[in-house]
Amino acid sequence: MKIASAGTMESNDCMMTVREHAGIQIEIESIVLKQFGKQIEYVIRETLKELNIENIFVQCNDKGALDYTVKARLVTAIQRMGEKHA
Amino acid sequence: MLQNADIFQSDGVIFDLEDAVMLSEKDAAVHLLDNFLKSYAFENLEIVIRINQLDSEFSRVELEQIVSDKIDTLMLPKATAKNTNALSKMLDKLEKSKKMNKKIGIIPIIELASSVLEAKEIASVNRVNGLLLGGEDLSTDLEVERTEDGLELLLARGLVVLAAKAYKLDAIDTPYTKTNDEEGLNKDSSYAKKIGMNAKVCIHPNQIDTVNTVFSPSIQEIEYARKVVKAEADALSTGKGAFTVDGKMIDKPIIDRAKKLLDKAQRWGLL
Repeated sequence: MKIASAGTMESNDCMMTVREHAGIQIEIESIVLKQFGKQIEYVIRETLKELNIENIFVQCNDKGALDYTVKARLVTAIQRMGEKHA
Repeated sequence: MLQNADIFQSDGVIFDLEDAVMLSEKDAAVHLLDNFLKSYAFENLEIVIRINQLDSEFSRVELEQIVSDKIDTLMLPKATAKNTNALSKMLDKLEKSKKMNKKIGIIPIIELASSVLEAKEIASVNRVNGLLLGGEDLSTDLEVERTEDGLELLLARGLVVLAAKAYKLDAIDTPYTKTNDEEGLNKDSSYAKKIGMNAKVCIHPNQIDTVNTVFSPSIQEIEYARKVVKAEADALSTGKGAFTVDGKMIDKPIIDRAKKLLDKAQRWGLL
């Protein structure tokens, strides 16, 4: 199975793990889930849309990452998944 | 931390893609920096990126992704005249293909013995707007230890200053690596200023205040420069060819230096 990760569990960062999946499934764990859970999901969905990805499982373990960090970690994880299994 | 880049009152910020990033995280660092730069706008802050060596497997990807109107300058490690020229040409192409409005500058890092010897050629390359002395790597290349008095860098510092000033570029001094030694930083910065360096890289935010203080024109320097400029104006209006300030004969180089210092003070909001 194709799987890859990017990011850290440090404060202001997030650990993003992606793997093959039919359709889009997103799981978010966050220290600020109540306040920013929807925003994190929005950033993930928008990034997937930009990358034309329709089949993927995304797990985001957030430690207070800002939008640009969430996006960057997701892009890196997806790129790593492609490279590992190219 | 990235989003705090503009709160420390430095003239510029260097985002490091080279030594500060582990090999396994080079891809992540580029994505993070790219997304950060797209999300934030900075005013009055020079955005500098230290890329990886031009012959590394990373630099091309970095350049493709990072070069944009959002950045000002690229810092080139292990610079030589050849690779500085190559980078300049790569930037010509990238700026054209990306339809950029900005011309990106280059600060070559002089950190090899051979680079010190060709500092003049490096300084002459199109886009170069400053030379940075890289003391740590240079010491390794010279097979010497870094010392507190910096004797091992004496000649290299002098040659970097001469090459930079010959092309009217910034001569940027090597960072002081002891982050908690303010007195040492002050001494090192004052010495660098005395021999002609006009800037210094900081490796910790707690160094910025000291470096700014040392490299900014002092009140005494500004007052003296004002006296010189006023005395020149008085001499011109009364038709005097020669004149003195505080008992010292003033000639053209002193007047030019005074005007330069006042320009600098004006630019930095010190007048």
